[in-house]
Amino acid sequence: MSDLIRLTASEIADRLATGDVTSVEVTQAHLDRIEAVDDQVHAFLHVGRDSALATAADVDARRAAGEQLPTLAGVPVAVKDLINTTDQPTTAGSRILEGWRPPYDATVVARLRAAGLPILGKTNLDEFAMGSSNEHSAYGPTRNPWDTDRIPGGSSGGSAAAVAAHEAPLALGTDTGGSIRQPGAMTGIVGVKPTYGGVSRYGVVAMASSLDQVGPMGRSVLDAALLHEVVAGHDPMDSTSIDAPVPAVVEAARRGDVQGLRVGVVRELGGEGFQPGVRAAFDRAVELLAQAGAEVVEVSCPSFEHGIAAYYLVMPSEVSSNLARFDAMRYGLRVAPEGLTDPSAEQVMAASRDAGFGDEVKRRIVLGTYALSSGYYDAYYGSAQKVRTLVARDFAAAFEQVDVLVSPTAPTTAWRLGEKSDDPLAMYLEDVCTIPANLAGVPGLNLPVGLADDTGLPVGVQFLAPAQADDRLYNAAAALERLVDAPQLSADALEGAR
Amino acid sequence: MSSALSREDVAHLANLARISLSEDELDRLGAELPAILDHVAAVQGVVDAAGDVEPMSHPVPVANVFREDVVRPGLTPDEALSGAPASEEQRFLVPKILGEE
Repeated sequence: MSDLIRLTASEIADRLATGDVTSVEVTQAHLDRIEAVDDQVHAFLHVGRDSALATAADVDARRAAGEQLPTLAGVPVAVKDLINTTDQPTTAGSRILEGWRPPYDATVVARLRAAGLPILGKTNLDEFAMGSSNEHSAYGPTRNPWDTDRIPGGSSGGSAAAVAAHEAPLALGTDTGGSIRQPGAMTGIVGVKPTYGGVSRYGVVAMASSLDQVGPMGRSVLDAALLHEVVAGHDPMDSTSIDAPVPAVVEAARRGDVQGLRVGVVRELGGEGFQPGVRAAFDRAVELLAQAGAEVVEVSCPSFEHGIAAYYLVMPSEVSSNLARFDAMRYGLRVAPEGLTDPSAEQVMAASRDAGFGDEVKRRIVLGTYALSSGYYDAYYGSAQKVRTLVARDFAAAFEQVDVLVSPTAPTTAWRLGEKSDDPLAMYLEDVCTIPANLAGVPGLNLPVGLADDTGLPVGVQFLAPAQADDRLYNAAAALERLVDAPQLSADALEGAR
Repeated sequence: MSSALSREDVAHLANLARISLSEDELDRLGAELPAILDHVAAVQGVVDAAGDVEPMSHPVPVANVFREDVVRPGLTPDEALSGAPASEEQRFLVPKILGEE
């Protein structure tokens, strides 16, 4: 196996810049790795071999001709399969979009192309990003490279597994309630949910529009920052896009200095219900931050405990509205209802949506339809929106005392496939630490801090910062990254199993 | 508020959402949703205890984002129809939409 797949994105970028390797060599090495191990991991739903190599060859030619190229030009990337790509299918992990080719690229994809990043393929996910385990993919689950009997987290589990398994140095995911950070924690990689509105959502299949955010995933804080910088920034095609300069995330990732930084440990995100190995790894990480000069204090955010309840009303409500677009008329699956000779459009629609949507999607659509229905709207959706305000107030009060907040990213390490499949509520409770950031629109980052003493699986620490202060996340995480033993999957972990 | 949800309620909601759920699916959702609703219904107590709180619909306080009213390139008819299950004469071809009860 080529050593090129062991490199971080910034190391690849350096070697490309000096002419030490070519993008074609690097891209081919990752395609070979996908070929070798993805039958075990199932991180990819589609591999874009030819287009990736074509981009790589183009970058190599331009570099050889002396052209000044963006930092990541020639560094391959994987893209979550609910982000539109015109040259590869975009399925959102759903049968209803099987084989669909979008007629336009997402803005983030257009920016990857403009920056010269070869797109290796489209990564697996829970259907329409609805899940915390990748078991809700219509195309079969992705498996955790650390233990293929376990889940990689979700919903960006394919992107996380691809990066952890060295199938890609970088990936894009989306995070609605933790879908970048939690799989990052489960697979031992860095994943960032930027400030809401910091990255364009144009051309990204919508799940819950007031919560969804695209973000970077990589094996180092600097790698995530470099990809963040490529995709972030104002987009007139997304009316929720923030028209302001992108925070200086790359500079922050290179700085990594917590001397005098005020760090708040969130009292409500820990303790009872958290796996001992996760708590121990988190406590060690906080101790390291203090030793490095951070001023660590405990802060209380009492409304965070109600985040899950609010989230599982706001999100399904938006889901039920957003997924109404899958009407079997303009694109996607159309199924003829059984036993009807001349079915109406509505009958075709209902049959197609039953055939095309999986169980979790139907569960959330029905839940959201209920929460929005006349007579229940104020009690459910209305109350959830008010709890959202309370969560935002807790963040505002906390950020008057501290610069960043920290918590474990998830209460447990990766669980076994099937372990929580029959209990949707148990699965929802896994999102307790990550949901508050989505409700308030603030940025969050997962940093792997080692392996849990009890399970031997990766543990992640989450940093949270005020909206538009994404750079604080990268600064604090880069400092801690230097002090911990980042878990790296051994080179032959998956090859040995073959 | 009671979060009891009957099987008939689930069937009604599925109809509103235009999903023709099977009998098995109605049974399963009818069994699962009450536990989820019991959990999320906690927001009502939280709000009652908090007093007067403004609802938050969106994390970014922006409204009415306009662009210049000028013609610019969009999808061609072929591109727009490229994913259609059926099309004819540059239009989406759909099953009958009139004559329903």
